[in-house]
Parts: sequence; structure tokens; C-alpha cells
Amino acid sequence: MRVRSSFFASFCLVLEVLSVALFLRGFFPVPVKSSFSSKSKLSPNLSKVPDPIFKRVVIVLIDALREDFVFGPNGRKYMPYTRHLVERGSTHSFVAKARPPTVTMPRIKALTTGSIPGFIDVVMNLNSPALLEDNLIWQAKMAGKRMVFYGDDTWVKLFPKHFMEYDGTTSFFVSDYTEVDNNVTRHLDNTLKRDDWDILILHYLGLDHIGHISGPHSSLIQPKLMEMDDILKKIHGSLILKETEGALPYLLVLCGDHGMSETGSHGGSSAHEVNTPLVLISPAFKRKVGMEKPPTIEQVDLTPTLALGLGLPISQNSVGRLIQPVVEEASLRDQLRFLHLNGHQLSCLLKDSMPAYEKEEGYEQFRVAEKSHGNWLKLVVEGNTSEVLNNMGKKVLKQYLEALRVMSAALSKQMGKYDMYSMVVGVVLVFQLLLLLLLAMPEALSGASEVDLPVSSALLSLPFYLLCLLLFSVHMLVCTSAESACYFCSLPWGLVFGAVALSSALLCILHVTCATKKNSRSPLFPSPSRASGGGWSLSELDILLLAGTAGHTLSLSASSFVEEEHQVWYFLLNTLCLVVFQDVCRKYFRERSANIGVIGCSEDKDCLPPSKEGYAVASPLTDLGVTGADSERWLALATPLLTLACCRLLRSLNQTGVQWVHLPDLGHWLNSSEHKTVLSLLAAMSLALIYFLVQRRCSWVSKIALALGLLGVYSYRAAVGNVVLPWQHSGGNMSKGTMKARFVYVFILGIFFTGSKDLLRSQVITADARLKSRGLWEIYSGVVLLVALLFRAHNLPVLCCCLLVQSLMAQFIWKKLHYDAAQTTIMHYWFGQAFFYFQGNSNSIATVDISVGFVGLESYVEAPAVFLTALSTYAGPLLWASHLICYLSSENRSSVAVGHGCYCLALLRSVPAAAYVVLVTALRYHLFIWSVFSPKLLYESMHTLLTAAICLFFTTMEQSRSSSRP
Amino acid sequence: MSVNVGWVQAFDLARHHVYGIQVDLTRPLSSIMWDQEIRQMASSHAIMASGVFMATVVPAVLVPGFSVYGTHLLWLYSVAGAVAVVNITLFWLLGVSSPTKKHTITYKVSRLVRSCLYLLLSCLFFHTVVILYGAPLLETALETFSLAVLLTSLTTLRCVCVLGPNVQAWIRVFSRHGAMSVWDTSLQMVVGCSVVGAWLGAFPIPLDWDRPWQVWPVSCSLGAVIGYLTGLIVAPAWIHWHRKHLTYKIK
Repeated sequence: MRVRSSFFASFCLVLEVLSVALFLRGFFPVPVKSSFSSKSKLSPNLSKVPDPIFKRVVIVLIDALREDFVFGPNGRKYMPYTRHLVERGSTHSFVAKARPPTVTMPRIKALTTGSIPGFIDVVMNLNSPALLEDNLIWQAKMAGKRMVFYGDDTWVKLFPKHFMEYDGTTSFFVSDYTEVDNNVTRHLDNTLKRDDWDILILHYLGLDHIGHISGPHSSLIQPKLMEMDDILKKIHGSLILKETEGALPYLLVLCGDHGMSETGSHGGSSAHEVNTPLVLISPAFKRKVGMEKPPTIEQVDLTPTLALGLGLPISQNSVGRLIQPVVEEASLRDQLRFLHLNGHQLSCLLKDSMPAYEKEEGYEQFRVAEKSHGNWLKLVVEGNTSEVLNNMGKKVLKQYLEALRVMSAALSKQMGKYDMYSMVVGVVLVFQLLLLLLLAMPEALSGASEVDLPVSSALLSLPFYLLCLLLFSVHMLVCTSAESACYFCSLPWGLVFGAVALSSALLCILHVTCATKKNSRSPLFPSPSRASGGGWSLSELDILLLAGTAGHTLSLSASSFVEEEHQVWYFLLNTLCLVVFQDVCRKYFRERSANIGVIGCSEDKDCLPPSKEGYAVASPLTDLGVTGADSERWLALATPLLTLACCRLLRSLNQTGVQWVHLPDLGHWLNSSEHKTVLSLLAAMSLALIYFLVQRRCSWVSKIALALGLLGVYSYRAAVGNVVLPWQHSGGNMSKGTMKARFVYVFILGIFFTGSKDLLRSQVITADARLKSRGLWEIYSGVVLLVALLFRAHNLPVLCCCLLVQSLMAQFIWKKLHYDAAQTTIMHYWFGQAFFYFQGNSNSIATVDISVGFVGLESYVEAPAVFLTALSTYAGPLLWASHLICYLSSENRSSVAVGHGCYCLALLRSVPAAAYVVLVTALRYHLFIWSVFSPKLLYESMHTLLTAAICLFFTTMEQSRSSSRP
Repeated sequence: MSVNVGWVQAFDLARHHVYGIQVDLTRPLSSIMWDQEIRQMASSHAIMASGVFMATVVPAVLVPGFSVYGTHLLWLYSVAGAVAVVNITLFWLLGVSSPTKKHTITYKVSRLVRSCLYLLLSCLFFHTVVILYGAPLLETALETFSLAVLLTSLTTLRCVCVLGPNVQAWIRVFSRHGAMSVWDTSLQMVVGCSVVGAWLGAFPIPLDWDRPWQVWPVSCSLGAVIGYLTGLIVAPAWIHWHRKHLTYKIK
């Protein structure tokens, strides 16, 4: 089957988007949430909570406290006092298992909400650092408890205004491990003397820092742990002093948020990172008589225990279960009451998160236990106090505990786990498609621009059916034996069969293509840019383009390079401009070299004017009188330099990334209120220049629409208050400018309409290439106007520079230097990437400008808001891609250029996407998987989706061309 | 010791071939001629490399508290100075630069002035390029300019020494198939390696390792010097390997 390369490319890309979506679904499991998960929707608690057991709670959280630092053989040496308490005091000690990712922020969330935060949660909550879920701290605040916090400022960010008194310490300087802890300890004496608090939380960071510097066996560990031990001793002593007869006892909790691996880092799921000690100290407990092996519990179990201990309702999303030994001194009736509360909360959560909750074993057990609890209570109320009743109560207790265990296990199975099967299926599909794209390269970039896919031979072959059967049986095997929920298994059979058939068909096609390639012995991978020219000679430009693409893909494996990806693109773009500059110089030098013989080049003649550009300016100067097209030559030489200057300017407009984001940039300067006039002038000039650059190739109708639209953009910005109009007094009436924005939308739609009308006419009625290119250009100008409306005022120069660079490069470089479609496409892609970052984006979700979603809308409407936000975020790549199609389908290009461009675009997107998907799978326990790699994954998939849409547009454009050909 | 031998050899060869090279290259070359040329180049490159080495070691002995990272600018200027001195002396002695027909004093002075002017311009050029690559405009201007000076001493200075202050010749050498002698080829390679080294040196800067060599412009200048040394080693070796295939056009 022969298909056009553009169609082939878009087909592959669309399938790739689907496989990436499957991968994403596996990578970000949907978190288990109660339907009242948000605090605001929380109904007032129906059942009255029992009275608290503890009056005061002190939580000493030591970052990266590993279980063996307390319970291990070195524990006696490291923390003598704590160890003494563990062995002889009235304490309970446990090994609390933390769930990966063992990173501080999610661990704090887990400890306070009792849930296991899903990855998607973190991504979704990046914009609001405050914890919105129902949590222990919030419940305590609602109940009027007074809380004091000292330590890691993550807490302060998560719970703003929750603490009566706090002092946050940033963990920014990892090399400092004394000051961070002294910052916490210096408040202790004062706080412990006072009586005006109920909960004291201390979060010590020093140990974690030591771990990062020198690992768990360093000599710094012991002094630090001794210091922590002293602090615990001090707190315990002061709590004992305050203890009064008759009042409720205190509770002192020593815990760690996560452990420390053998190299001192954390984030993964090794035993050392996961196991943390949990020591509960209170006079309410029985005295211990010796060291026992501490039992293992889940870290989240602390949440319901603390909640019930303090007489608070359990947070809705908590999957933890009550630590029963803590309440074992209470009366049986109270114990059962506590367990019932916990069970009720878990069963509610189970109801919300599982459709078939009734069949769940734990739920049934809970129902049974509840019933027998009721019977028991009835007997107790009747006044029965026999030994039989006591035994019956014990039995109910056991039933409850078992039910809790099963329900909690069922719930936590659903979360915080990667759905590896879906992920693997996604990765395999993506890779097959990428391989197919790569193998088809010589054909796709050939003069015919058609790909011969052996579909029919592959589909009719025996291996295809065998593979189908094999994969299907593998699927059955995996799905029946899977312990945890798997998305791919829950898909309907038809879809699964489609995926299986697709995968095996792809395998067969790949095999057949490989075989034919081997037989014909044609080179598999000629350079994409040379395919039409033939031969293996690569120019410097080709080397740069290929090496740059490969290098960028490789750079994604380092978290810093993901954070600072803009630096990579700026760097590559600069180099590209310099190489293009060299090409231009060479071209004009070569053309001139024929004359050199005549003129002769002795040293005496070339007394050059001083110029920075060295030899560049020299060449046109020396033969002033030779050609008539001198100005053009000058402009061609100036274009790359101008582009470089533009890039440098734009780079300092928006600082982005992580390391240097705090540096002052032009954008902040422009947005400060005293520079409003400058900003207005700049915006007006940019809009004027945009009009000048875009109107050239429009019909007169769109010209007028564009002019009015751009005026509308300015007045919209003035109405919103970003810029000033000279006749507008600086009154306080800031409207939302909805009307003005809608006014612009009308013109945008008008331009789109004329553009598509031209396109349709060129396609249906006349086979007029000029009409078609005008139609495309009008669509492009509509996009420009839309972006101008959505961009913030200080970003208008980005748009302006983008258009300037595009028109200059198209005029003087791409056309004049005869770069082929592949080279032009790669350059467009690079420019698009760089402009993505020029406009202030980064690889963290935090830089997505959500306010764009409200332009021209009175209130939040989801569909247009999402569309507009996506559009303005990806404005750079979109603008460059739409310019690419305008450029490639302009009259004097060969007819296959669009097909080549589409293919290259698809390939350029698939390579990093495929590589990144694999990388994320490999790094899924990396320390920065949440903060760095996951947001980038979302960006990558969004970009792939966008590129797929663009490729489809390319395909339709090419189709109309081929169909309109006589 | 080997340095000394190389030095003497280079010196002798220079005496013998001051006027011979340019003419001989136009004819089919005998293998002996080639070997001599390459040996000459190898020994002179060895001297240049040892110059860089000495510029690192000697200040470390003489100046207290000297280190490549800590007192980076000092190291940078000492390397730049050493490279400049060694280059000028060697190429003057070897007489690779095209012989001038005029010997008037004014001509020589104008040549000298022009060379200096070009070097200064090249410093400014490199400074501009580095700023375009994203170096801060004002805050680290001194560091940026020092890097430009280093790059100039590694690249432009050699151009001036080999080709003279003749922009036309520079363009010729750096265009495709433009090399007309072994020295031109080696010039291409050394300059290319230095620039690529500096370019590659920029890559570790965004990494969050907090190492002393990630501070601007340490990694770039280290990259440039390492690239330069690589070029010095690679150039004679490459020419030696490809001596059968190398042909130079008549000037």
C-alpha cells in the first residue's frame, strides 16, 4: 500500500498520541478520593467524636530518620535516651513504612491527610501550594486547637494561617546542617515553658542535609543524632514536669518522614528509604520491660490515631487504620467506638472509590462487625457485665481490626502505584511507531514523497495471526494475575484487541520493511536533509541539526537539563544562527571568488573599516561595484546577526527555569507601575510592526480586519489596565475588557473565515496556487491576531520578533540559500522550541498562565478556557509551524515540500517523546520525579498532541494540492 | 629533555626551510619533505602544549594561593600570555607566515599595528558572541572579556602568526577546501578544536552540582584550553595519517 508521507506521518503521530495517553494513564493513577475530598464541601460531622485521650501532642519529626538509627544496633550509641525510653519507658514503638516517592512534601501530605497522594495530585496542586484536602491540621484548627510549628517551611506553605506561631526554615542550603536545626531549637525553651498551645510540631532538617552531603555512615551522623536525642530528652522532661494529676496525659511522637538510602539520598523505594521509626511516648501507655522487635505499620496509620487521640474527626481521604495498642488502655466500649469510627470512614472512602464496593471482602467484614457491635452494645446498655460479654466484645474488636486491615489494604493498593502494564504497552507502541517512522525515512523524503507500506502482505501472513494470539494470551495472563488495578485490563475487549492487532501488525510491517531494505541493500539512514540530493556528504549545518536534535534528546535524562531546557534551546539556536551566518558568508564569498582573480588580493588593498564581525563584512565591502544586488547581500548577511540580537533581547525579557529565575528581567521591569508608559509605547510599536509584517500578503478585507483587530487588542490591554491610552485618565475603573476582547474575537473569526473561503475556493473551483497560499497566509494572520490578544503586554515584543525573524529568514536565508524542506523544518522546530521559552514558559506547571482562559469570558467556562490556555502556552511552536506550512506551500516550492515538512515534524516530535517516555519509566523512583520529570512529561505529551493536530492540517493541505493538480 | 630536542630540531628546520616551504608545496611532495614538515609541526606543537602546562605549574609554585578555580582569571591570563609568547616566538622563528616583499620600516609598523587592531577586534567579537550566547551583559563583563582574550590568544593570534594580518587569507583558509599548506590545515584544526571546546564547556553550567568549575567562565575557558591542547595533538597526527590523500592547490 502506497501512502503519501504526510498522511503516513500524521497517522503515526496520532497513534503515538494515543499510546502516550495510555502511558500517562498508567503513570498517573487516578487518586482515591472521597466525594467530599475538598474541605469546602465538607459536611458538618454527623456522628459526635469521642472525647480526646491526650491533652497535648508534641510531634518531633526528624527528616530522613532511618529506622536503624533508633532501633538498630547503633541506636544505643546514637540516641541513648530515646533507646532507653523505647526499652524501659511507657512507650510504643513501631517501624512505619513510608510509601514512595520518599520525598518530604508528599510525606508531609501523607502524614497529615492519611492518604497516599497520587502523582497527578502533586501536578494538579502545583499552582496552589496550600493543601486543599481534608487534613489533620485543618481539623485541629477547626476544633480550636492551638498549634505551634517550627521547622521546614514546607509546612508553612501547605498550611497557611493554620499555626498560631511558626518559624519556617528553608531547606535551600543543603550544605548547612547546624543552622537549620538551631533555628528550630532556639524557640524550644520559651515554648515549652508556656501553656498556651495544644499541638507542637518540630521538623528538623539537619539529618537529611547530612545524608545528602556525606551519607548515613558519616561521622557527622552521631553528633547530630545525639543532639536530637538531647532535644527529645528536654521536651520529655518538660512535659513530665507539666504533668498534673487528673488531667489528660501528653503524647510525644518521634517520627521520620522518610529514610535514607545507603548513599544518603532518598526518593526511591529501598528498604532503608522506606522504613522510618515511630516512637509514641505517653504516661497513658504501659511500661515496657525490654526491647522487643517493633511491629511494622504504615506511615499513614499515624493520622487516624492522632485524630482520634485528639478527639478530632478522621480526615476523609485517610487510608490509615487506628494503631490499636495506643488505645488499648481505654475501656472496651471506647476502643470499639474508635474502631467503628475508623471503619466507617474507610468504608465511606471505599464506597466512593470503587464501583463494586459491596463485593469487597473488607466491606462485608465491616458490616458483620458493625452488626455484632450493635448487639454487644445493646447488651451492655441493658446492664449485663458478665465474662461472656467481655469475650464477645474482644471478638468484635478482632473482627473490626481484620476488617480495617483488609479495607485499608484494598484502598492503598489502588494508589501510589505505577500501573506498569499500561506503561509498558504504551512504551512498546510508541517505539514501534518511531521505528516505523525511522525505517521509512529514505522513502518518505524521496522525490515522490510516498511510503510503501507492506500492509496487506503483513496482515495476510501467518506470523501476524500468531503474534495476535500470543499477545492476546499474554494480556490474559497478565490481567488475571495482576494484583493491583490495571487500566489497560479494564478497557473494553474491542479496544484491547485493536491495540494487540496494531502492535502485531506494526511488528510484521517492521519485519517486512527491514527484510526488503536488507535485500535492496540501500542505506537505511541517509541524512534526512540530503535524501533528495543523494550522497553522504554532510554540511556543517546538517551536522549541527542532527547532533543538536540527538543532543537535546540525551539532555532530557538530567534533571537540571530538564529544568533549564530553555538554556539548551537558546544555545542550539545561537549556534544555528552562527552556522547559517557562516553559510551565508561562504555563499557570497564563493560567488565572489571568480572575481578575485581579476581584482587580485594583495594585502595592501583591504584596508577594512573596523567591524566586529571580522571577515563577514569584509566580503561585500571589497567588491562594491561588482553586483547590483548589493543591498540584498547586506540584508542576507545582517539577517542571522539580527536574529542573534533578537534572541539575546528576548532571552532577557523573561527569566525562566529554576536556577536563574530570580534574576531581574526586562519583563518585571516593564510590568512595574512606574514603567507603564514605556510598556505602552513598546506594545503599540510591536502591534504596529506586527501589522506591517503580516498584512503584506493578505487580501484587503483581512487587512482591514487585522488593523481593527490589533487596535482592539491595544484597547483591550488598556481596559484591563496593562497599558495606558493617551486620552484615558488614570481612573480607577478597571473593567475586565470583555467586550473589547469579544470585538477582537469577531475579527479573528472573520479572518479565519476569509482564509478558509480562499482555501476552499482554491481547492474546489480553481486550482490556483496563489489563492491557496493567500488563504494559508490569512489563516496564519488569524493565529497571529489571536496570539496578540492572548499574550500579555510585555510579551508582545516576543510575537513581533517572531514575525520579524520569520519574514527575514524566509526572504533572505531559506529561499536564497536553497535549504531543502527537511532542513527548513528542523530550523522551524528549533525556533518554535526557543520561542516557547522566550515567552516565559518553563518545564514546571507553575508557569502556565491560567489568566488567559478568562480573556473575553465573563466567568470560567472550561472548554474555551482550556483551549485558550493551551493555545497561548504553545503559541511559539504553533506560530512557527503555521509559518512553516505557509512557507513550504508558497508557489515556487516543489510540490512534495509539504509532505517532507510534515514527515520531519512528526519525526522530530516522536524522537524526544519516545525517549522521554522510556526515561521516565526508568527514573520512576528518582528523587525529582514529581517535581521535575512528571511536569515535563505532561508538557511533552501536550506538545505531541499539538504536533499531531498540526500534521493533520499539513495533510489536508497537501491533499488539496495533489487533488487540484491537473 | 624531549622538549629541548624538539626545540633545536624545529629551530634548525626553520633555518633550512624559511624560504623553501611555499615553493615546495606547489610541486608533488616527496615523503621526506612531508615527514620533515610534520615533525616540525609536532615539535612546535609540543612546545606550545608545554607552554600551557608551564603557565599552570609555574604560577602555582610562585604565587601563594594560586589555583585554577580559585584564582581563575590569573590562571587564564597566564595561559593566554604563555600561548601568545610561545606562538609569536615560534612562528617568527619558523617563518611560516608568507614572506613579505617589502622590508620598509613603515610597512612593518603598519603590519604590526594592523595585527594588534585585529586582535583587539577579535576580542570584541568573541565578547559579543559570548554575550549573544547568554552571558550577563554587565555583571560579569570582566570574566566574559577575559574569556574573549583567552579565545583570541588561542585562535586569532595563531591566524595572525600563520597568515599575517590578512583577512582575505583568513577567509580563504576557513572556507571549504581552502587550506593551501600543512600549516593551514593545522590552523583549521587547532582553531576549530578550541572553539568547539569552549562551546562544549558551556554545557555543564546549568547542572546543579555546585562545583567550583561550573562558575562562569571556568568551564568554558577550561574547555577552550583542553580543546586547544587536543587540537595541538590531533593536527599533526591527522596530517600524518592522511598525508597520502592531502593535496594542496597552487596558491
